[in-house]
Amino acid sequence: MIDTLVPIFAATIAAGTPLVFAALGELVTEKAGVLNLGVEGMMLIGAIAGFATAVTTGNLWLGTVAGMAAGAAMSAIFAVLTLNLMANQVASGLALTLFGLGLSAFVGKPFEGVSLLREGAPSLPLLGDLPVLGPILFRQHYLVYVSWAVFAAVSWFLFRSRAGLVLRSVGESPDSAHAIGYPVIRIRWLATLFGGALAGVGGAFLAVFYAPMWVEGMVAGRGWIALALVVFATWRPARVMVGAYLFGGVTIAQFFAQGGGIAIPAPFLSALPYLATIIVLVVISRNVATIRLNSPVSLGRSYRPD
Amino acid sequence: MQLKLETRAEPSRLMGWLAPLFAAVLTLIAGFILFSALGRNPVQAFYTFFVYPIRDLNGVAELLLKASPLMLIAVGLACGYRANVWNIGAEGQLTLGAIFAGGVALYFYNSESPLVLPLMIVAGAIGGMLWAAIPAFLRTRFNTSEILTSLMLVYVAVLLLSYLVHGPWRDPQGFNFPQSRQFTESALYPMLISGTRLNASFLLSIAAIAVGYLFLNRSFLGFQMRVAGQADAAARYAGFDARRMVWLGLLIGGATAGLAGVGEVAGPIGQLLPSVSPGYGFAAIIVAFVGRLHPVGILLASLLMSLLYLGGEAAQMGLNLPSAITGLFQGMLLFFLLGSDVFINYQLKLVRASAPAAVAPLGATS
Amino acid sequence: MNTQRITRWAFALAVGTALGSLAAGPAAAQAPLKVGFVYVSPIGDAGWTFQHDQGRKEMEKALAGKVETKYVENVPEGPDAERVIREFAANGYKLVFTTSFGYMNPTIKVAQQFPNTVFLHATGYKTAKNVGIYNARFYEGRYLCGVMAGKMTKSNVAGYVAAFPIPEVLQGINAFTLGMRSVNPKAEVRVIWTNSWYDPGREREAANTLISQGADVLTHHTDSTAVVQAAEEKGKYAFGYHSDMSKYGPKAELSATTHQWGAFYTKVTQEVLAGTWKGTNVWGGIKDGMIKLAPINAAVPKDVVELVASKEKDIGAGKLHPFTGPLKDNAGKERLAAGQTMGDDKLAVMDFYVEGVQGTLPKQ
Repeated sequence: MIDTLVPIFAATIAAGTPLVFAALGELVTEKAGVLNLGVEGMMLIGAIAGFATAVTTGNLWLGTVAGMAAGAAMSAIFAVLTLNLMANQVASGLALTLFGLGLSAFVGKPFEGVSLLREGAPSLPLLGDLPVLGPILFRQHYLVYVSWAVFAAVSWFLFRSRAGLVLRSVGESPDSAHAIGYPVIRIRWLATLFGGALAGVGGAFLAVFYAPMWVEGMVAGRGWIALALVVFATWRPARVMVGAYLFGGVTIAQFFAQGGGIAIPAPFLSALPYLATIIVLVVISRNVATIRLNSPVSLGRSYRPD
Repeated sequence: MQLKLETRAEPSRLMGWLAPLFAAVLTLIAGFILFSALGRNPVQAFYTFFVYPIRDLNGVAELLLKASPLMLIAVGLACGYRANVWNIGAEGQLTLGAIFAGGVALYFYNSESPLVLPLMIVAGAIGGMLWAAIPAFLRTRFNTSEILTSLMLVYVAVLLLSYLVHGPWRDPQGFNFPQSRQFTESALYPMLISGTRLNASFLLSIAAIAVGYLFLNRSFLGFQMRVAGQADAAARYAGFDARRMVWLGLLIGGATAGLAGVGEVAGPIGQLLPSVSPGYGFAAIIVAFVGRLHPVGILLASLLMSLLYLGGEAAQMGLNLPSAITGLFQGMLLFFLLGSDVFINYQLKLVRASAPAAVAPLGATS
Repeated sequence: MNTQRITRWAFALAVGTALGSLAAGPAAAQAPLKVGFVYVSPIGDAGWTFQHDQGRKEMEKALAGKVETKYVENVPEGPDAERVIREFAANGYKLVFTTSFGYMNPTIKVAQQFPNTVFLHATGYKTAKNVGIYNARFYEGRYLCGVMAGKMTKSNVAGYVAAFPIPEVLQGINAFTLGMRSVNPKAEVRVIWTNSWYDPGREREAANTLISQGADVLTHHTDSTAVVQAAEEKGKYAFGYHSDMSKYGPKAELSATTHQWGAFYTKVTQEVLAGTWKGTNVWGGIKDGMIKLAPINAAVPKDVVELVASKEKDIGAGKLHPFTGPLKDNAGKERLAAGQTMGDDKLAVMDFYVEGVQGTLPKQ
């Protein structure tokens, strides 16, 4: 039993990692009161930028950094539109996703079908040899450990640091934050850039470590699932982690079910992650009070300091 | 001296018309730079992209054929967007429309009754509405974001269609390949111009634009939706039922998307395939915004968008450019438009460096 | 390799400019025959479309000066395909190859409007006066790979990542299983469906799942190299498909079932050039050189290599048919009586797993 479960859990963590990055980034963005629906587009750009750089330089880490930078650059477009030009955040986010789809497909053209050769995930010394936990937790790609560090950092920043308090107050009430003298727009800019950078890393993880390959539209809805996760987590980082791995698990489970010979039509199994997202959203949103208590009050509204 | 944005007393009507023009010009300039950067002669590239595809009657017919689903869906989506109902799952609703219409066509296979096509049209609209009703129900009953649920249902709809054409609806004479039988004459839209592929579904799309115009700009319900979108509180004060707006916004979008699905399977495709749309449901979102959520704007935007698609193909054959360049153009157009929109509600003012204190009292400039 | 690819792309762009736009006037007399190719996916450097493009290049080289070829890649199956195919015909292309099943009806439609253009459609079943069809017996290569798999497996479990349960894919799974069990009766094959022809992420997940469920030999009927790469990383064996994928799995890939279209394209084009084309309906295999095994990995012992070579010869000579009775499906029902071989009509509608494949076919 354990023997079959260990690979499932190990694969679950890898499958959940792009979601961890993207959702944690979006969480910080939304905490500052900015709703960026362009996660899917930013992940795609992060994926192609990361993959192209990794292929050209042969350095996977350089690829990851490039993915991060590209994701941040995409979010900067969004920030100019919504924070400086006061464009509608929903429309701008959708535009960002559509633009990301087109741009990544265009730039990615010469990289279609190129394969990135890389070693399998390394096993951490000592930890990797632990029974059960070793193969599940400590034989992952290094970026998986980075995602855990990011989780710790985001949790500390938001709820234990002064800067995090300022960021949250900007999300709750930009007017009073402005009155106290905080630069609302600048803080929102930074939060948006952070979200874009992490979405870019999530995309780069997919293309450079997970697939590792570039395919047009390869993010395949993960950006949207990340957005759903933030709601699911009621804007709390720890729950984002739980949610991300839950969805990773659903994605993986369908393969194990098939390989184990369970006779459910494959399309139904493939639909599981999406149906699960809807169900989870319904369960969380059902209680209006939970959402109202937890969601940043000014989420999605333009703010002009005058 | 520096430039400052200042709030206008009321939105500028002039700018409302100028902004899209502004965006189009900016897109052309960006395109010029892009083609030059790719080592193409920009004039020749523009010719290939924007003129070559519509050089003859067949080209124009293809343009209208491709614009038809875009305008149809976009006008439906615009009704919802005006009321702040964000249905982004039109692609899934289109797929369900195709499934429902296809089901009718297959059930009445070989029937020559003139009622088959009308029945397909009704079934397709119902299919799209049913799929849109799910997010509407979840939003009104459980407060669940329709943005996310409608999008997730796109993936589910596509998988459902895949299951059907690989399984129960597979052509019995088709060597088990994943496609349905080809529909018979009675289940296809009649052609409008012989020798081309332009069919009567285009008339339906034009009718939708007209109805959309009357509904949005001349009916009380349309007025209610607009108010609900602009000022939630005012709408509530006036006694407009917010739930009703959500239902209406989603169902109208679902119905038009479903009709677009019928137009595809009873038009150029003529059967059910694993995929019935190259992303019309998503492109229509751009069309709705570029058209400023106004039916006339949507009509023009859909033609422009369709031209971008055809141009992308021509660029691939004539200039060896990847067809993905279409997506680039579409994205840029939308960005420039969203950016230009700022001038509708704000105006640029030149202010002296010493003056900002008067504009931003706390000096907390961004 | 990578920079090379990029240069190649830049070069293609430059050539495109040199060729000028489609708007150019009609070609002069004695001009080379214009031949168009419609591809369903990007060419890349391995896979279905890559092999067709190799065939195009071989043909162009063999008939240098007499032909001028052009391709459009990544053309979605559906209404857009019809426009692209028509565009070729309307621009004076006298021979058009449409290389994916979903182009069947669009090809037939355009062919009716352009009776003087010859269309060749791959993997379909509809023909017309000016439409021929061609396909290859991929299952013959699969059978040989199965034989190798049966000899090389330690766990007696092979994993098969497949896209959609259509006859062509089932022929491959079943032929692979029959080959495997012909030398190793204990062997079993596990299948995971990805519901997509090209989705490296899913293909890799499926491959890893199969490995963790005990498979030590993998193969795939999907369009990327992900399965071979996954096997390489996990130290398992794999068989490539479409193309030789040894570059992606130098240790893992034991061999591959490769598609060879070049000779066929040359022959058809010559016929059209000479005006002797009278229709094509080809289902070629090892005998015709359409299916070839990629060079066999040094890890395979000599006696196995010889066994495979003799079986390959037998298949080529028509002495061995992978689907020979007695043949039972995996529910125990007899599908073919002893001594019979399966006819092409039955092969073309295959809808069952043979004995030895685990699980039930997704209810369709």
